[in-house]
Amino acid sequence: MMQAVDRIRSRTVVMPTTDIDTDQIIPARFLTTTTREGLGAALFHDLRYAENGDPNPDFPLNASDVAGRRILVAGNNFGCGSSREHAPWALLDFGIRAVISTEIADIFRNNSLKNGLVPVVVDADTLSWLLDNPGAEVEIDVPASTLTLPGGETIKFPLDRFAQHCLVEGLDQLGYLESQLDAINSFEEQRAWTP
Amino acid sequence: MSTLFEKVWNDHVVVPETVDAPGVLYIDLHLIHEVTSPQAFSALRDRNLPVRRPDLTLATIDHSSPTTPVSTFKDLLVAGESAANQIRQLEENCETFGVELLGFDAEERGIVHVIGPELGATQPGKTIVCGDSHTSTHGAFGALAFGIGTTEVGHVLATQCLLQRRPKTLAIDLDGTLPPGVSAKDIILAIIGRIGVDGGTGHVIEYRGQPIQSLDMEGRMTICNMSIEAGARAGMIAPDDVTIEDLSGRPRVPKGAEWNAAVTRWRALGSDDDAVFDRQVTIDAASLEPMVTFGTHPGMVVGISEPVPDHGDASFRKALEYMQVSPGKPMTENDVDVVFIGSCTNGRLSDLEQAASVLRGRKVADGVRMLVVPGSRRVKREAEARGLDRVFAEAGAEWREPGCSMCIGMNGDTAARGQLSVSTSNRNFEGRQGAGARTVLASPATAAASAIRGRIADPREYMDSNT
Ligand code: SF4
Repeated sequence: MMQAVDRIRSRTVVMPTTDIDTDQIIPARFLTTTTREGLGAALFHDLRYAENGDPNPDFPLNASDVAGRRILVAGNNFGCGSSREHAPWALLDFGIRAVISTEIADIFRNNSLKNGLVPVVVDADTLSWLLDNPGAEVEIDVPASTLTLPGGETIKFPLDRFAQHCLVEGLDQLGYLESQLDAINSFEEQRAWTP
Repeated sequence: MSTLFEKVWNDHVVVPETVDAPGVLYIDLHLIHEVTSPQAFSALRDRNLPVRRPDLTLATIDHSSPTTPVSTFKDLLVAGESAANQIRQLEENCETFGVELLGFDAEERGIVHVIGPELGATQPGKTIVCGDSHTSTHGAFGALAFGIGTTEVGHVLATQCLLQRRPKTLAIDLDGTLPPGVSAKDIILAIIGRIGVDGGTGHVIEYRGQPIQSLDMEGRMTICNMSIEAGARAGMIAPDDVTIEDLSGRPRVPKGAEWNAAVTRWRALGSDDDAVFDRQVTIDAASLEPMVTFGTHPGMVVGISEPVPDHGDASFRKALEYMQVSPGKPMTENDVDVVFIGSCTNGRLSDLEQAASVLRGRKVADGVRMLVVPGSRRVKREAEARGLDRVFAEAGAEWREPGCSMCIGMNGDTAARGQLSVSTSNRNFEGRQGAGARTVLASPATAAASAIRGRIADPREYMDSNT
């Protein structure tokens, strides 16, 4: 469900790897669920845990001080691969509210926006600063679509106006689609051919 | 002066987009499967909404279905209790909401992207979506087909529409003549290697040129299927005689006068000569050879005769380490544990035929497990009618019931930690075929040749000189 989000101030968790796919974010064997809840436990499961189930000490999400961090910084092309919406569900359930990268894959980005996870696309210099400074305290201002670094430098990031409105208000887009029903009815009546 | 994509897109705009709001796009065919639909049906239940157009909605069971025969609920438990429950839930949802389900008792059951085209439900000029990124497959027919998330599955169930902003267009033009022994899978792997796994982000690709037109529909589907692996929203190929010939006589295509009208409409869909694309890339087909991946995404790919590259950043080195692959050496030096032939990329009849033609009269190497999983029941029947099942069995491969199987490893068909799997599927992500499993993507012929050799092999060494 859509969670309203306005301003996120948090230290970052950093995963410098590029092309992190949704199979890494949540492996397929956890997709047999029929609800959206509780997926945080499976987030990055096979990177986070060793074969015997022990937490992998090198994995950023296992560091002792990451609890409560809400912003994930990742290498280029985050969220590529499968369309599974379980990926943003798992991130949100774990407590992540925004992902910063130089590129965020289309379907993952779309799914994130439907659930209140903020995709923040920045330039290569900003990303490399963030990757070099894990744990930096930054602020994401959704209504202004800006990212503010610890030194006070503020960077604008692209955010579709409609998506921004839905994020800030916590609006479910199905409600908006339903408000277009008259147009949908007349489209169906007036088509030149029928599927 | 419109592109194929623009023609299909414009034909489905219910409400145009503005700066303030995305457009409303009408969907002609909504395909459903067990994994990405339960929460969408729950959303409908919560709001007390019906499915708006059950007649444009079609469900099947593929992702977590066992590839051993299923006749009772107990058989389903092979795939695990939660997978079995998920399948049960789809059956209940389809019953409650009046959606047609091609379930375990249906002769037409199979992988969602195999059965749409088989039934003729996939047609040129349609908009087609599914909660599955490989929906791009259907673009081979000149449909605009793309994967969506579960929330959007709910939107389509409720309104038959999606909120969309128009993507950009990318033309990929192939010229030259494809050398013998090089398949559609090799073409698309080479394309992804060239433009990168994010090379198509934000774009719909149109594949053009003689090497594409010379492919049959199954080859074209293999190409469009992997558009998502280049990050693209969708991939499309303009309908032509090959497309129309393939569709003719399929169960769900228009009949009589309506067929003639449809064919006229379909023939006008191709991009106009003066159509403008946002980007364009040219690829010389004559320079291609069989391709294999060496890393942990489909863009990390080399020709079978080439060495694995010896340069790259930390992510690149991490991928080679995971794969236990040596830079500077060809992939043919790697031993194989498992070979998988199947998936929505390469689980159709011609794919099985290519694998069988390499295997005929030969044996799978000792210590190699080979699984052949047809993409649908129909593929299975047709393959058996041609005796392919016997070719596989005599070579020592397992011949299974249809499903996604080892492409995603949700049903218990997996490779073990550390095992190297040569797979005709579409994703070599870490753990995709089982935690710790190492995946090398290849064509059916390359996979079959590797099964025989017990090491990754060049299929051309196992092909008759005239093929
Ligand atoms: S075969 Fe693989 S890629 Fe295709 S639909 Fe099934 S899981 Fe997805």
